[in-house]
Amino acid sequence: MANKVFHVMYDDDQKLMDAARALVSKGIRVKDVFSPFPVHGLDPVIGVKRTRLAIASFMYATTGTLLAIFGTWYFMIHDWPMNIGGKPSFSWIENAPAFVPVMFEFSVFCGAHGMALTYFLRNGTLPGMPASNPDPRTTDDKFVMEIVTEQNGGMSAAEIENLIKGTDVYELSIKEY
Amino acid sequence: MTHDKLQFEVPSGVKKWSSIFMGIGLIALIGGYMVDHTEHHQYWWANILINGFFYFAVALGAMFFYALQYATEAAWSAMIKRVFEAMFQYIPVGIGILLLVLLAGQFHIHHLYHWMDPNVHDINHADYDAVIAEKKPYLSAWFFWLRMAIYALTFVYFSRKFREWSIQEDAVGGTELHFFQYRKGAVFLVFFAVFSSTMSWDVLMSIDTHWYSTMYGWYIFSGMWVSTMTFATLSIVWLKKLGYFPNVNDSHIHDLGKWMFAISMLWSYLWFCQYMLIWYSDIPEEVTYFKERYDHYMGMMWTIFFVNFAVPFYSLIARDAKRNTKFLVRAGVIIFVSHFFDFYLAVIPGTTHGHETFTGWFEMGLFIGFLGLFVRMFTTALTKANLIPIKHPFLDESTHHSI
Repeated sequence: MANKVFHVMYDDDQKLMDAARALVSKGIRVKDVFSPFPVHGLDPVIGVKRTRLAIASFMYATTGTLLAIFGTWYFMIHDWPMNIGGKPSFSWIENAPAFVPVMFEFSVFCGAHGMALTYFLRNGTLPGMPASNPDPRTTDDKFVMEIVTEQNGGMSAAEIENLIKGTDVYELSIKEY
Repeated sequence: MTHDKLQFEVPSGVKKWSSIFMGIGLIALIGGYMVDHTEHHQYWWANILINGFFYFAVALGAMFFYALQYATEAAWSAMIKRVFEAMFQYIPVGIGILLLVLLAGQFHIHHLYHWMDPNVHDINHADYDAVIAEKKPYLSAWFFWLRMAIYALTFVYFSRKFREWSIQEDAVGGTELHFFQYRKGAVFLVFFAVFSSTMSWDVLMSIDTHWYSTMYGWYIFSGMWVSTMTFATLSIVWLKKLGYFPNVNDSHIHDLGKWMFAISMLWSYLWFCQYMLIWYSDIPEEVTYFKERYDHYMGMMWTIFFVNFAVPFYSLIARDAKRNTKFLVRAGVIIFVSHFFDFYLAVIPGTTHGHETFTGWFEMGLFIGFLGLFVRMFTTALTKANLIPIKHPFLDESTHHSI
């Protein structure tokens, strides 16, 4: 039996939320939802795990701090010692307060850029990447819920279709792949 | 909508322990006076000033946060606003203690404030001090006491009125009184913006009379605010553990944790900015403040900075940590005590110049004594009104707070 994918379209975020709750309570696993804006409270309903982006960001920022410490030491103390404002002590730690702004800014820089790139990469939305959403109307005012038979082993395609039709559907398209 | 418990009853343990704490404070007060050998019992007075200001600041910060919630129309905090209200009921007592210490200075019982000595303004006197004499217009007795009177009246007036309107709202309901308080909150913030700055110059910065910093007001204000948020968080976690506030959920606790984290970072930022600019430019008239601390309190100064920065940063940065009350309580206790020592270091070097002896039991005894007084007044004030503002227009939104 070929796998089937259901693209269920709704025209209102509240209808989408109600439908998601109803389907999940019947044991259906929703693969993904495409929406023009973040729908508050949808993630826990369809079982999306909390993002680990914050942890990644913390690690990028820590890398930035360490790089800045190394950089200030190498440029200002080791390679070519600088005498600025009468502070030529040839010691990183004694000049540390002056380097704190650099450390701070570089941590923020690395944290923010690393986080943004990771986000784009993970979502597949880097510039030039092909769009993965099933219907261009989801970038306007429609919401599409994607359900695949593969993830709902306990149910036949007809059963799933029946359950979907019980919700306030705007449009339904079923494809085989 | 029903809430389980509206009437707070002070647990007998709290009554007992706050009395014991006040007793410890009294013993420390008497014992400290006897063992203090600094001139005019300077160190003893300085410690009363530190505690007087610190707990007054915690209460004042609560009133600031309360007014801020009204002015910004914040809804999430509607349910816990009585906690802040109970905290700022300490303001009349707090400012009374503060004025007592300042009055003793005015009558030359102690010399915490160098500029209160009239001889330093007299050009013919041996003690004449040109730098202080130049500041005479601002630091003259009449102007100083006029400012003090204005601060006291404003703060006491608002602490009484905010409470009165809030309790009135429980009976009346509706939105008229709410928007009235919204406007009054904004008015208070205008006064607070000026007075929190000038008061920190008057009471704390003028101790190091030869020195001034334009960041000092902000630095003291952030220290006050983070102590307030920490005390509020600890007491809300405690009240919830006792079975009050059944509708305070993870999101409220998370938000309180965010405040502790964010204002700790604000404090660290301001502390470091003030320090770094003075360190870098290295101008004699500016470095006096840090020279004093470097000479006698080097270890303490850096310990306070790193504890107040690193403990909240590394323990509260994660979302799960802010939602974990065990984490919050442990970090909170460290932050609260450490910020007390921040105020300690704002006062002591300029008053005793390293000639005092740090006994430990005296300083901590007084801190505990004031804590007992503060907690007693706080818990008593909590019993005097519904624990939850039952007719607050944002109460429903606050109950369903979810982030």
